[in-house]
Amino acid sequence: MNHQWNFDAVWDNPEALLAGAAGTLRIFAICLVLGLALGLLVGLGRYSTRKWIYLPTSAFVEFFRNTPVLVQILWFYFALPMLVPFEISPLMAAALGISLNSAAFSGEIFRAGIQSIERGQWEGAQALGMRHAQAMRRIILPQAVKRMLPALTNRAIEIFKMSTLASAVAYVELLQQGKLIASLNYNPIEAYTVIALLFFAFLYPLVQATYALERRMRRGD
Amino acid sequence: MPWSAGCAGATDDHRPMTITDTSVPLLRVTGLHKHFGKDEIIKGINLDVAPGDRIAILGASGSGKSTLLRCLNFMEKPTAGRIELAGAAIGVERPGRNGAVDTTYTERELTKVRQRVGMVFQQFNLFPHMTALGNVMEGLRTVKGMARDAAGTKAREQLARVGLDDKADTYPARLSGGQKQRVAIARALAMEPELLLFDEPTSALDPELVGEVLRTIRTLAEEGRTMLLVTHEVGFAYHFANRILFIADGVIHEQGTPDEVLKNPQQARTQAFLARHNEFHF
Repeated sequence: MNHQWNFDAVWDNPEALLAGAAGTLRIFAICLVLGLALGLLVGLGRYSTRKWIYLPTSAFVEFFRNTPVLVQILWFYFALPMLVPFEISPLMAAALGISLNSAAFSGEIFRAGIQSIERGQWEGAQALGMRHAQAMRRIILPQAVKRMLPALTNRAIEIFKMSTLASAVAYVELLQQGKLIASLNYNPIEAYTVIALLFFAFLYPLVQATYALERRMRRGD
Repeated sequence: MPWSAGCAGATDDHRPMTITDTSVPLLRVTGLHKHFGKDEIIKGINLDVAPGDRIAILGASGSGKSTLLRCLNFMEKPTAGRIELAGAAIGVERPGRNGAVDTTYTERELTKVRQRVGMVFQQFNLFPHMTALGNVMEGLRTVKGMARDAAGTKAREQLARVGLDDKADTYPARLSGGQKQRVAIARALAMEPELLLFDEPTSALDPELVGEVLRTIRTLAEEGRTMLLVTHEVGFAYHFANRILFIADGVIHEQGTPDEVLKNPQQARTQAFLARHNEFHF
């Protein structure tokens, strides 16, 4: 109750915070791109009528949806190096875990989004002589993505926050640096307060930007 | 098929029938069957369509008339039967079980067929994320691979034909039902199909909007386009068509010129169908 707030020690380490922020942004960018791109493939696979595509993608989705990301990251960091002939860096392990987990979740978003487009849109495209892939790319996906945007925004926010799990394998990101500052100066209250505010400062504008994007995409309705 | 019988003077047909029985029809349907699960919707239909034919397809709900039309551009794949476009059979036929013929279709072939056989839908099926112009350009760009400028010019011409050149930059959500259907007609026309299919093009429209769409279709008829029209508008069918098919229970129950089928129907079911349509006539 009578805690004397003192943020000096936190601000005395601007390089540590900057390195953390850079690390958070780097892993976020990697996982966002990989997670959504793989998610699109997974979503198309789950939509496929061919068993040899549908079954493996479904197994992938179920496996990664039903295991914790933290466990996946630790497994990729500690267990995967036994199976592959190269080193696994903290960034690789964390990015793999977060991206694959996100792919499983965003794959379901893509699948539901594609299925929500009415049959008539497929028929309108087919009647012009479009191939299935052309109809998907030109007619179905643009409409589906518009409907999926709120869900994909949530996914992006989740990925941003999941990046903190990378601290479990000592990857340099904001939480990892917060822990470092907290233990160096014995000021966990201030350190974690600053870390939380920094996350808010990153995410709030991101969410506002996606609202603006949604409004822009709605202009045709 | 007695399509060469020509057309009695009642319609606005002024083009001489130049096609003879020995020439190749634009479209020939032989022994067409379509099952949905256990239900047999089309039970053996033969049909020849000559260039310039305007065929109206009438029938009660569930008679199979829309399914017949949708088989012609393979929105539905026929369960059995052969469809020939300008003399060339579509699909690869192989001997199946019990002496039947199995036909397999490749996507490549069907996309070619659909470029030659256009379709206008009851629910328009416009692409909501594109403007009217974008809708008409889409097939030209994506399917025909035309350059943007050329496709834009051509699409504007098509919109002008249906009287909507001023709506080029409007999104479908801002168009009335009748305008939407006219954009859909322009979209189909832009592909320069040899045959145009209309699947109940006015059934989803408010009554006061039906006229503008029917007038557009009549203009196309006057240009000599080959068209098949599934409709409930018996009066329009009379003026539009050179030939009427009355479908019941998945077969062609009666056919002939509009005067034959609509003024002097021979079959009891055709008579009953027309009587129902005239029930509240005044």
